[in-house]
Amino acid sequence: MHFDAFDRYHEKESFVHHLDPRVKVVVTVAFIVSNALLPDGAWMAFVLAWVFLLTANLLSQLGTFYSFRNSLIALPFALIAVTVLFSIPGEPLVSFRVLMSHFTITDAGLLKFVSILIRSWLSVQMAILLVATTRFPDLIHALEHLHVPLILTTIIAFLYRYLFVLTDEVFRLLRARESRSAAASGKRSGGGVLWRARIAGHMAGQLFLRSYERSDRIYNAMVARGYVGHLYTLNAHEMKSRDYYVSALAVAVIFILQVIGRL
Amino acid sequence: MHYSPAPLHIPDGFLSLAISIICWGITIVTLGLAISKTNKALGEKQVPLMGVMAAFIFAAQMINFPVAGGTSGHLLGGALAAIVVGPWAGMLALTAVIAVQALLLQDGGLIVMGANILNMGLVTAAIGYGLYRSVAGRSKTVKLATAGFAAWISVMAGALMTSLQLWLSGTSELQVVIPAMLGVHALIGLGEALITVAALTFIFQTRPDLVDEKSESGKGGRGWVVPGVLISLAVVLLSPLASADPDGLERVATDLGFIDAGQSAPYSILPDYTVPFLGETALSTIVAGVIGMAVVAAVLVLIGRGMKART
Repeated sequence: MHFDAFDRYHEKESFVHHLDPRVKVVVTVAFIVSNALLPDGAWMAFVLAWVFLLTANLLSQLGTFYSFRNSLIALPFALIAVTVLFSIPGEPLVSFRVLMSHFTITDAGLLKFVSILIRSWLSVQMAILLVATTRFPDLIHALEHLHVPLILTTIIAFLYRYLFVLTDEVFRLLRARESRSAAASGKRSGGGVLWRARIAGHMAGQLFLRSYERSDRIYNAMVARGYVGHLYTLNAHEMKSRDYYVSALAVAVIFILQVIGRL
Repeated sequence: MHYSPAPLHIPDGFLSLAISIICWGITIVTLGLAISKTNKALGEKQVPLMGVMAAFIFAAQMINFPVAGGTSGHLLGGALAAIVVGPWAGMLALTAVIAVQALLLQDGGLIVMGANILNMGLVTAAIGYGLYRSVAGRSKTVKLATAGFAAWISVMAGALMTSLQLWLSGTSELQVVIPAMLGVHALIGLGEALITVAALTFIFQTRPDLVDEKSESGKGGRGWVVPGVLISLAVVLLSPLASADPDGLERVATDLGFIDAGQSAPYSILPDYTVPFLGETALSTIVAGVIGMAVVAAVLVLIGRGMKART
């Protein structure tokens, strides 16, 4: 497996790609906070926020609807908010019966439900765009600049560095299990659910030991090369004047969104 | 990819800003403690270990086993991580896992990340280690049984916290979200308990030096027993109450002002329900039953321990 197996980064030489990662992180978080602050039913502001997103997509040369196409990940969670459709008092819109229970969708409930979905959907799109235009090590470096504690960013960096190695290890374990799980056709192979859970647990224990022993080797190798507790990087990450202009512009747009949302 | 999003990762937009900030506050304070403790107690050697352990938890979540009807179970790893690397290091590793899942894979939001870390990293580690530590020096069987129970209750705690946050944010109805979340996670927690016990059995067999008494005292003090047991007790006591009497819980929250703090939307405090469904259904009864059984089991274990100590 290649090191970027989990990456959602798309190599491009665009305006957004060349922005300082700090700016992208701060604007993304500000945008998501702004979504959370917009009142229910602020349709105009929601539309404008989406236009802002599309513009960012366009500037990143990934295609105007790049983030839109990849934004269905949070959809299953919408189920959890379904109850607001029925629980908030208002003008009844639709009534129906399912399994002896009576459901009434109210206009206020529908308004809140749709608003929750839009907020979540706008927010996840911005996060998608952030990782599509920023290399993960740069993202970690940006977090460091933004004063996330060094020990956490270092752990995250290690996690990212060894994730694909251990994923390979998992695939080896899974392949070994597959290849030893032959069954005559029509007959059950292996034991019941309990037995299967026990085998999966043993595999997790095996993975733990391999990881643990590997971390020992990694540490020894690092000390051999002069590791004294922190990691260095060649990417200086300097804020250029362009970065300041973009931040100011983005903050202004988000501010205007908030004003429009409250009109 | 084998990566499957877990149902406990809350995306952005589902929690109110007030609740997100409160959760971030608790998370930051706890992580600050964890960082200062880890920096003090351990050398720079611990950082690569924690990083690789974080990658281990991430990767271990891909080991699945078929349950029935095309569904499969897999490890979440909170309790196991805390038991094998210690509570503080476990918390940091779990935090890294949740951060990478949110940043890299958009599984879980960014401003709700504080809540996600709290539910899936901090609470699970505290319960997992606290309960496990309470039986230090006992036989292997007692240790394994306790680890399994801790794994189950840690998943339930995460589900309960998530439900409460969603409810306080005005996103979900308490009467629905509690029975639904606890019902599903009672089963997920069972898988978690089985895998945790099996993984520990394997480690006991192959590398007993990693989990013996000597290495145990280096991971965390006996002080962990108190928060671990207290949080578990809160879960065990609150779950049946919330399932059987959501109105009571709501009243308490209203009296304490939690609902006002959480729901920034200008709605009247939760109104009368037009649809009283799932309030007294079989599901919530089952959940209450499962929890009742767990309480009985815990009491039995405690009595057993007391008798054993006397003889």
